[in-house]
Amino acid sequence: MMKATALLLAVLVVAFAAGCNATREGGGSGAFRVGMVFDVGGKGDKSFNDSAYRGLLRAADDFGVEHTEFEPGQDADRETGLRKLAQADYDVIIGVGFLFSEAMRKVAVDYPNVSFACVDFDARPDETLPPNLAGLTFREEEGSFLVGVLAAMYTETGRLGFVGGMDIPLIHKFEAGYIAGARYVTPGISTTVAYAGTTPQAFADPAKGKELALLQYGRGVDVIYHASGSTGNGVIEAAKEVNRYAIGVDSNQNYMAPGNVLTSMVKRVDNAVYRIVQSALEGIFEGGLREFGLADDGIAYAVDQYNEDMITDEMIARVEEAKAAIVAGEIIVPKE
Amino acid sequence: MDRWTRYAGVLSPIVAVAAAFLVGGLVVTAIGESPFRVYAILFRGAFGSVDGFGLVLFNACPLIFTGLAVAFAFRAGLFNIGGEGQLYIGSFLCAWAGLGLAGVPWWIAVPVLIAVSAVGGALWASVPGMLKARFGVHEVINTIMMNFIAIGLTSYLVINIFKEPAQMTPQTAEIASGHLPRLAGALQAVGIPMPSANPLNASILIALAAVWVAWFILYRTTFGYEVRAVGLNQDAAESAGINVRRTIVLAMITSGAFAGLVATNEVMGFRHRFLDNFSSGIGFMGIAVALLGKNTPLGVLFAALLFGVLNAGALEVDVFTDVPRELILVLQAVTIILVVVGNEIFVRRIAAREARAALADTQAEEAA
Repeated sequence: MMKATALLLAVLVVAFAAGCNATREGGGSGAFRVGMVFDVGGKGDKSFNDSAYRGLLRAADDFGVEHTEFEPGQDADRETGLRKLAQADYDVIIGVGFLFSEAMRKVAVDYPNVSFACVDFDARPDETLPPNLAGLTFREEEGSFLVGVLAAMYTETGRLGFVGGMDIPLIHKFEAGYIAGARYVTPGISTTVAYAGTTPQAFADPAKGKELALLQYGRGVDVIYHASGSTGNGVIEAAKEVNRYAIGVDSNQNYMAPGNVLTSMVKRVDNAVYRIVQSALEGIFEGGLREFGLADDGIAYAVDQYNEDMITDEMIARVEEAKAAIVAGEIIVPKE
Repeated sequence: MDRWTRYAGVLSPIVAVAAAFLVGGLVVTAIGESPFRVYAILFRGAFGSVDGFGLVLFNACPLIFTGLAVAFAFRAGLFNIGGEGQLYIGSFLCAWAGLGLAGVPWWIAVPVLIAVSAVGGALWASVPGMLKARFGVHEVINTIMMNFIAIGLTSYLVINIFKEPAQMTPQTAEIASGHLPRLAGALQAVGIPMPSANPLNASILIALAAVWVAWFILYRTTFGYEVRAVGLNQDAAESAGINVRRTIVLAMITSGAFAGLVATNEVMGFRHRFLDNFSSGIGFMGIAVALLGKNTPLGVLFAALLFGVLNAGALEVDVFTDVPRELILVLQAVTIILVVVGNEIFVRRIAAREARAALADTQAEEAA
C-alpha cells in the first residue's frame, strides 16, 4: 500500500513538473483571435447560443480567425473567464447573454486594446459605454409579434400557448410581443402562458419543456411559441408527438420537426457576431449600444422548405403588412 | 494504537486525491487529450501566478462556510442539506439590510451585515431543527424543501420588487455601505503582486475565523461537547443528562449561521448586490467538502482549498483547451468516491490488524 502511494505521488510530482515547463499555448502566434463565452445552455442548444456560435464559425471560415469558446460553470467565473481571455491577448471577446453585461463593463475598461461585444446587453438608462465595448440588443418583441400574427391565423382551436424559459423580463418581451400579435389578428384570442422555472436551468430543461407543452396541448392549445433555449427542444418534440404545432426561437428551428414547426422567430445573433468580428478585423470596430430589429433584418420570421406548405399567401400578406406597420412606427409593440 | 492508525486519517485523503487524479488522467486520455498537458494547465491556473492562487482562495471561501455548516450539523448527527437555502436567505437579507445603510460608516455597517447574514442562515436552519426536535421529522426532507422555498422566495422578491428599474439582470441595486475590501491593495503594499482585479476579499479572513470558531465551539465548550455526544449516541447523551432536543435546535442554528456567512463573500466582498441564483450549488458542494474533510473544521479548510484548486484550474482548462468542463465535475466526484472508499478500506485494515494483534497477544499469553 505504501509503495502504491509513493508511486502515485511520484506520478503527481512528474505531472506537476511537466506543468511548470508548459508554455502558454497560442500566445504570440500573431493570428487574429476571437473568444466567445456562452450563456446557460451553452453550445449545442440549437437556439440562442448556437446562433451566436454559427456567426463565429462563419467568420472563422471567411476570415481565417482563430477562436476558442467556453461556458462558465459558476457566476463569478464570467468575469474571471473574460479576464483570462483578455490577458491571453485575444483580439475580440464576445459574451453571449445579458448575464455578462456587468462583467463586460468592468473588464472592457481594464483592457482598452481588446474589442468586447455583449449579446443582449443589459444597458443602464443613459449609460455611455467605453469605446471598446459594443452592447448588442434585439427587438425580440417585434419578431414575436409577427409569429403571433401567424399563430393566430393558423390556429384551428383558437387557443395559443407560450412556453418561456426563465421567468425574467427578457423573456417577457417575447411573450408580450407574441400575445400582442395574436390579438392584432383576433382581439379576444385565448392564450395560455407557462414558464419552465426561475433558475437559469430553465433554459436547459427539455423534459420540463415537453411536459409544459403536453399540458397546454391537452387543454386545447394547438400552437405553442417557445422562448426557452434548449428547453424548447422538448416543446417541439411534444408538438411532433401529438401532431400539433410549435414555433421555434432564436435559430431557425423549422427543420427540427417539419410539418409541426409553424415558423421560427429568428434572432440574427449570428449576423451581429459576424459583423463584430469583421469590423474588428478591418479596424473599424465601434463601441456603444446597437439595437437590431425588423427594419435591419436583425429579427425575422423563418419561411423555408420545411414550412412553406403551412404558410399561405394570405398569411404572408397579413404578416408583411404588420411588419411594414411596425417598421414605420404605426404599431408600437409592447415589451411587457 | 500504532503508527498505522495515527497516519491513516491523514493518509487516506491524500491517497484518494492522488488516485482520483490518476483516474481523471485516464479519462482525459480516453477523450484524446494529453493528461500531462491538461493537468499542467489545471495546476497553472491554480498555482501558476499570484492571481491564480487568489482565485483558488476566492473559490474556496464560500465552500469553507458551507463545508463548516454541513460538518457542524454532522457532528450532532444531523444531515443539513439545506446549506443552499440558508445561504440564499443570509445573502438576500444581507443585501436588503445593506441597501438601507446609506450614510452609515463602514465600521458599523460591516459588523451589522455580517450579523444579518449569519442570523438569516440561522433562522432558515432553525425551522427544520425545531421540526426535528419537536416532532422527530427527518431534517433531510425539510432542509430540501426549505431550499426550494428560499430559492423561489428570493427569486420572486428580486425579480418583482428589488430589481433595478429598466434592467433585465435579476439583481438588487448596489448595497449602500458595508463593502468588504479586496485584499489586492493590502497584498500589493507588502510586495505581493496580486492584480487589483482579483476578486479575493476580506471574506476569506472571516472564513478562517469561522474555522477557528467552529473548532473552539466543538472542542472547547460544553455546547460543543453536547453536540458531539448527541451525534455519537443520542440515547447515551440523553441518559447522561444532555437536553437532546435543545442541542439539535442549537446545532442546526449554528450550522445555518455558517452557511449564511457565504453572503460576506458574495454580497459584501464580491458583487455588492444579491444576484438571483448566484450560488449554483455551493450549499450542496458543502456536503462533499465536509465529507472529504472528515467533518472536522481543519479538514473542511483543506477540502475547500482542494475544491478551490479544482475550480480555479477548471476555468483555465475550460478556457484554453477543448476538454469539456464536465470532466472536472467527473474528477471531483471521483475524488469523493475514492475518499469514502479509501477511508473504509483503511478502517477495515486497521480493525483487522488490531484483531490479529489481539489474537497474537492472547495466544502468547496462553503459550506462557
